[in-house]
Amino acid sequence: MEVNKKAYEAYVKEVTPVNKKLPNIIKAFLVGGIICTIGQICTTLIMNQGVEKDTASAWTTLILIAASVILTGLNIYPKITKFGGAGALVPITGFANSVVAPAVEFKAEGQVFGIGCKIFTIAGPVILYGILSSWILGVIAYVLKAFGIV
Amino acid sequence: MEFVKAFLVGGAICAVVQVVMDNTKLMPGRIMVLLVVIGSILGALGIYQPFSDWAGAGATVPLLGFGNSLWKGVLKSMGEDGFLGVFKGGFTASAVGISGALIFGYLGSIIFKPKMKS
Repeated sequence: MEVNKKAYEAYVKEVTPVNKKLPNIIKAFLVGGIICTIGQICTTLIMNQGVEKDTASAWTTLILIAASVILTGLNIYPKITKFGGAGALVPITGFANSVVAPAVEFKAEGQVFGIGCKIFTIAGPVILYGILSSWILGVIAYVLKAFGIV
Repeated sequence: MEFVKAFLVGGAICAVVQVVMDNTKLMPGRIMVLLVVIGSILGALGIYQPFSDWAGAGATVPLLGFGNSLWKGVLKSMGEDGFLGVFKGGFTASAVGISGALIFGYLGSIIFKPKMKS
């Protein structure tokens, strides 16, 4: 029995991660790639109207966020996340999903403590550490410039 | 060509993050924070912008691009307003993304009903 147990454990260890990880990576690649391609299509179409690149990127961000909010509300985005893993999480659509999903889920708790608080569950940390890190880098750049190093 | 680049680069970034997630069990929230912070660091090192110019939406759609645009905003405001700009640029650059997510998110929470988890 002891041998069988060990052999079985070894078998499980050997089979589980390998069989799960590669398809996960491929799915993440496909879903992430498709979302970015949709983003590129939006950017290119908007730029064809004679809009500057940065402005076109901002419009693309807005379109992707709106699309993600609608897909989250219709319960489609969670399915994309379940399939695509990081592919659905890494793009800006994943951020939008993380903003709207808890807001919808906790709306019963009210405007302030339900929607108001929960909308920042993921957005809060992302905004805080994004602003903080870019501020720290900005201070470093400012000091380096002041001393004429950069 | 730009569509192929966006697909390959965006897909590759997501695949790398998937590998990290599978091996570390980091939660999605931590992953998002890390991506934005790494994006702003790569931006400050002068790496992300040239990469982004080349890869287009493949680099701007992932959250790394959000971090890079935070840094770009800080740098631009610093040029205009000096030290005060360091406090101003991040929010200016990310205003569309953050306001968009909050406003559409709020409207979404009013319109849609919570779903039962299957």
